[in-house]
Amino acid sequence: MVAVCFYFQVHQPYRLRRYSVFDIGKNSDYFDHEKNSSIMRKVAEKCYLPTNRLILDLINETDGRFRVSYSITGVALDQFREYSPEVIESFQDLVNTGYVELLDETYYHSLAFLYSRREFQEQVKLHRKKMREIFHYKPKVFRNTELVYNNYLAYIAKEMGYKGILAEGADHILGWRSPNFLYKPSGTNGIKLMLKNYRLSDDIAFRFSERSWKEWPLTAEKFATWINAVNGNGNVVNLFMDYETFGEHQWEDTGIFNFLRYLPREILRNPDNCFMTPSEVIKSYDPVSELDIPHIVSWADIERDLSAWLGNSMQKSAIENLYKLESEVKESGDERLIEDWRRLQTADHFYYMCTKWFNDGDVHKYFNVYDRPHDSFIAFMNILTDFRIRLKNKNN
Amino acid sequence: MRVLMFGWEFPPFNSGGLGIACYGLTKGLSRQGVEITFVLPRLEGNKGEDYMKVLYAGSGKVRFRSVGSILKPYITSKIYKEEFSRSDPKWSIYGSDLFREVYRYSQEAKRIAEEEDFDVIHCHDWLTYPAGIEAKKVVEKKGSKVPLIVHVHATEFDRTCGNPNGYVYYLERDGMNKADYVISVSNYTKDMIIRHYGINPEKVHVVHNSIDGESEPLLDEEDFEIKKYHKIVLFLGRMTIQKGPDHFLWIAKKISEIDDNVRFIMAGNGDMFSRIVEEAANLGIGDKVLFTDFLSGRDVDKAYRMADVYVMSSISEPFGITVLEAMKNSTPVIVSRQSGVSEIVKNCLVADFWDIDEMVNKILAVLNHPELRESLAIGGLNEIKNFSWDEPARKCISIYEKAIQR
Repeated sequence: MVAVCFYFQVHQPYRLRRYSVFDIGKNSDYFDHEKNSSIMRKVAEKCYLPTNRLILDLINETDGRFRVSYSITGVALDQFREYSPEVIESFQDLVNTGYVELLDETYYHSLAFLYSRREFQEQVKLHRKKMREIFHYKPKVFRNTELVYNNYLAYIAKEMGYKGILAEGADHILGWRSPNFLYKPSGTNGIKLMLKNYRLSDDIAFRFSERSWKEWPLTAEKFATWINAVNGNGNVVNLFMDYETFGEHQWEDTGIFNFLRYLPREILRNPDNCFMTPSEVIKSYDPVSELDIPHIVSWADIERDLSAWLGNSMQKSAIENLYKLESEVKESGDERLIEDWRRLQTADHFYYMCTKWFNDGDVHKYFNVYDRPHDSFIAFMNILTDFRIRLKNKNN
Repeated sequence: MRVLMFGWEFPPFNSGGLGIACYGLTKGLSRQGVEITFVLPRLEGNKGEDYMKVLYAGSGKVRFRSVGSILKPYITSKIYKEEFSRSDPKWSIYGSDLFREVYRYSQEAKRIAEEEDFDVIHCHDWLTYPAGIEAKKVVEKKGSKVPLIVHVHATEFDRTCGNPNGYVYYLERDGMNKADYVISVSNYTKDMIIRHYGINPEKVHVVHNSIDGESEPLLDEEDFEIKKYHKIVLFLGRMTIQKGPDHFLWIAKKISEIDDNVRFIMAGNGDMFSRIVEEAANLGIGDKVLFTDFLSGRDVDKAYRMADVYVMSSISEPFGITVLEAMKNSTPVIVSRQSGVSEIVKNCLVADFWDIDEMVNKILAVLNHPELRESLAIGGLNEIKNFSWDEPARKCISIYEKAIQR
């Protein structure tokens, strides 16, 4: 018996304006509304709406044998409401089928776990609240921003009441072990760890349209045979990926939607296969052993570490200076200041400052709204300077 | 492969990037076994010839010839007349204006072409195009063929900010039309060649300039007294309209209003020099802007090292080799988007030359954030390490080969 567990990440950051030194003290609007709205509308049209429709059809066609899970960030939901409200409705329709699970994460898609436990927990609670408000849903499984994970995170998640947690199935933590089982995080009882099968996930998310890949073109039929091959040496194949894979990272003309359309049918053709959501996986299986992950892992790049967000001194300086303001921001009690401060925590802002792949102009470049990483840093630091002035004026 | 090359200037008697580029390119070519006869309007006496022999000691593949004129690459017709009247009469017999001198250079080129054996003619910028055309004719008269390559380091549109002298434009276009291939130093310039000169894009090949990143030991760390008290923003280039020294002053003015402690060094000379000095005083920043006049050799490196940031504010810069020099000296760079160098260099900041606010924004960011400065300096240095004149030389050789086979 192999369960296929899909989890899709849905996120859009509030992108910053090219905030200049001349804006400091004069303009406290940090976000590029035009860009955010046009990107949101574009992605809604290319990805969210058509993919949601397709998934809804597939759930209905299979009477719920096909099922999936989502983690939708608070800032994505806020921007849906602002720029593309029909996307919220289509997610509500999906959740209402009863075959879609929602996960919790930090509202602002932040790296708060690394800098402030207090802030981290507040953001998770805000996300919980949002899930209740919009979907009348109480998530039971937690995933952290960019699958940033270690033993301690599992402990906190357990303390906050979660039954399961997701992480990257990186080679350097698994060694000879397989990601296709559940594990028990070292040092914590009562929470189960699910690991991403990165090979099969990335076959869809990254390699699907790569013509130089020896498996190109990837068909649903072929992918199903790879799932079948797990039979006998695994309980679950965790396919974790950005939802924008469908229609945005992989454009419609690559055939990605047709792939998704036929995938449930091909996988269910084998009576030993099924689809499960994370909570169902956790109910159905027990951990095969303990997994000790004292150091941080993430799902990014080959390194599977934090270097995409905190790899250079610009990134570190920006984020450290931001978190330094925490107590002052909270003391101010000013809702706008707190909201701005939190929106500035979104991990994407630091990702845009990454110089790691800069020289080979890789995937980072594609996601970068600025010309160069240095420009992102300049805008961010100018904003922070203005923010400090506002904070000081408020607290005086 | 033997190349007959026509140029205008060569270090140490250069006033701009053209001489540096010719020096670098001939070095790269000679390292790959190309034999070059390099023709210059004049050699600066015996000293000059010795110097050039020293430059190529060991390879022996580059020879220099001169035709003894007062041509200078960035000269304007007006300055030429002034200089002409002051110069030695033996150079004056052929004509009293710049264009007659260009003509005379081309006639001398005929004589040289008669005496030399070569497979390709390679001309650097418009003053030498008539010479190249004449040399090609000499070969054709003998009944054989030799390709003509013209290398565009700058166009009249760059030098004059869009108000070209008609005759210079004519000579440029004539050279490009008669050439077998045109080499341009950037896509930015290629675009200009296509748009303003109507040259078939397939005939134009882009060969970006370079720098020998690993060669020549860098200066030792030096303590500059001024740096203890001030942050320094550097302008380095000819003071002509093309380089935007006036824009730099407006930038300096704005920065001074925000940070009183920043000093601006303007290195270079040119037809706008006195105007710029006066303008600095007019703007009330006469005490903040320091002038060094034209710098060469080690002094250039020193200026870069002294600076916290180098700003290339050019209005139209076909390439911008100073950016590579600054990066080699670990100096953070802000470069005008209207430039060729911004096509190939990553570890620098880019802004439109006319966007004074954005220039100021970026300069202040570099001055105020050590992390940014460090990222640009280290990133730039690492990037430059992979640069070498061998690369453009290889591209030129393949263009030569293609032209010969045609």
